[in-house]
Amino acid sequence: MKYKIALYTVLIGLITVSCNDKAPTSLPKLGFKKVIDGKEVDHTVKNWSFLNTDSVTVTNKDLSDVVYVSDFFFRSCPTICPKVAREMKRVYEEFENNPQVKFVSFTLDPKRDTPQKLKEYAANLQVDTDKWWFLNGDKDKTFDLTSEYMQIGFEDDEAPGGLDHSGKLILTDKAGHLRSFSEGTDPDETPKMIRDIKILLKEYEGKK
Amino acid sequence: MKVKNKVFCLVVILVSFMTALTSCKHETYMQGKQLYEAHCNNCHMEDGVGLAKLIPPLANSDYLKDNQDKIACILRNGQNGEVMVNGVMYNQEMPGKKYTEVQITNIINYINNEWGNDYGVVRLEDCTKAIRNCK
Repeated sequence: MKYKIALYTVLIGLITVSCNDKAPTSLPKLGFKKVIDGKEVDHTVKNWSFLNTDSVTVTNKDLSDVVYVSDFFFRSCPTICPKVAREMKRVYEEFENNPQVKFVSFTLDPKRDTPQKLKEYAANLQVDTDKWWFLNGDKDKTFDLTSEYMQIGFEDDEAPGGLDHSGKLILTDKAGHLRSFSEGTDPDETPKMIRDIKILLKEYEGKK
Repeated sequence: MKVKNKVFCLVVILVSFMTALTSCKHETYMQGKQLYEAHCNNCHMEDGVGLAKLIPPLANSDYLKDNQDKIACILRNGQNGEVMVNGVMYNQEMPGKKYTEVQITNIINYINNEWGNDYGVVRLEDCTKAIRNCK
């Protein structure tokens, strides 16, 4: 009898442990590693510079003191963009009062999405453009940048709105390493992004 | 015993009748629902609330309620320019689509009666007439 009770206890214990989806305490560095001078180097987002909604040039270096979540979109996008924007905004609202976190949306349609139009867009989305940047720049460079953030973007006349692109939210750390992503079209993945930002911020807390 | 049997039969009949009735009710706007999910849901969202001041709501929307005669043409031809919905001005282009008149009727009846909306039922004849008179 005692033996049976012990067996059941172990079994229940095992089930509890295996079902307990424990949050990781650290995040991996994503993307392909490069070998430079015989050393393995983590993927780092290359330098970029774009215009913000006040038509002021900003660069990735301006984000070296914060972690940021980014996505690619365009204003007139009739497909996934509003859903992705909604999920970005959910994350934004969670960290609204935390200056350590910023948000960056790159437009894939810079010709129509001028800084002025993006400013209107941000106002209508009811977000603060100091915290959530909407960036306009050279079209080819923007498409080129999608792969830096492990995203896909290309022109396609068959696609609604003339552009095909993925709708991931990407988390980048202070050194420009990609640390997490979530599917912007899937609301169920957003809590994971929020959790991962908190994990990443803890990493920096320890270093202070 | 006989009375019990009769009661049992009656209950069975009633239950199956009600099940049939409720399942029929769910089927009513099935095509409208499917079309909504395929073409409208991306912007107006699954709960019909839209997005901030970018995309207007369809759920509990005074514009939808008060402009029933315009909805068919908006679905067919899209919409441009400012629209005031529940006291908020929206100005985001909505693309139209070459839906058939039956599809348009079904979409309207779905959004008219989903999310607690109770804006009535339109008939195919109404939609056909409305579309013929689109500006």
